[in-house]
Amino acid sequence: MSPAVPAEYSLILAGLLFVIGLAGVMVRRNLIFILLSLEIMLNAAGLAFVAAGARWGTADGQVMFIFILAVAAAEVVVGLALLLWFHHWHRGLDADSANEMRG
Amino acid sequence: MNTLFIIAGTIAILSAALAVSRINAVHALLYLVVSLLAVGVVLFILGAPFAAVLEVIIYAGAIMVLFVFVIMMLNFGGALAEEKRRLKPSAWAGPVLLTLILAVELVFVTCSGTKGVYRILMVSPTQVGLSLFGPYMLGVELASMLLLAGLVGAYHLARSIGPFRREERGRS
Repeated sequence: MSPAVPAEYSLILAGLLFVIGLAGVMVRRNLIFILLSLEIMLNAAGLAFVAAGARWGTADGQVMFIFILAVAAAEVVVGLALLLWFHHWHRGLDADSANEMRG
Repeated sequence: MNTLFIIAGTIAILSAALAVSRINAVHALLYLVVSLLAVGVVLFILGAPFAAVLEVIIYAGAIMVLFVFVIMMLNFGGALAEEKRRLKPSAWAGPVLLTLILAVELVFVTCSGTKGVYRILMVSPTQVGLSLFGPYMLGVELASMLLLAGLVGAYHLARSIGPFRREERGRS
């Protein structure tokens, strides 16, 4: 009995996914794509936790994955509600148009 | 197992990169779903079946439904001609191809029997549940409070948009 793949591989995969999500957050200006890239980043973080848990054969990694899942769900719910507000106020989803306070 | 992991990981990275670089939001969502499914396969290969199932049900199921819902609500051109244009093969051929590779991989893993996936070190859902409701009890309570806060916040924000929605309906 041994872990199926070396821990380095899964950490590299998690790192690459995280970097792709980070690039998406920084490059895209559409709010939907920013939220979507945030999902990719959270997912990569969860993958890293599960990989570490599999490396030592404990359940703690999967427990943290479930917590990250809860955080992602709460984040996306509030984020999408704010996005609807944003679309209401600015008639679009361009993040650059939100350059002043109080709407 | 290493080969399967590398194939699934490549699909995950490829479709995530395609998802953040699409112009059309619906196409991006399709690729994101494929990426989440690929990460689910990776989790399964890593010996975490419970996390893999949660990934498919909650990430690729529930959270993506929220995204689709909002995109349809914002109505980026919901006309019939637009729909016809969206249904052309080049829009869905890429995600379908990547998903087919994942499906072949899953069938291979399931059919490989005792010499394949069952030999790897696996953390069973029982262990996860015992850990979740044992030492991590406080964390579960905090997560439930967080979800409640998200529920109340989303309700509050959506209720404030109410007049806007009525105005939209009156106009159309």
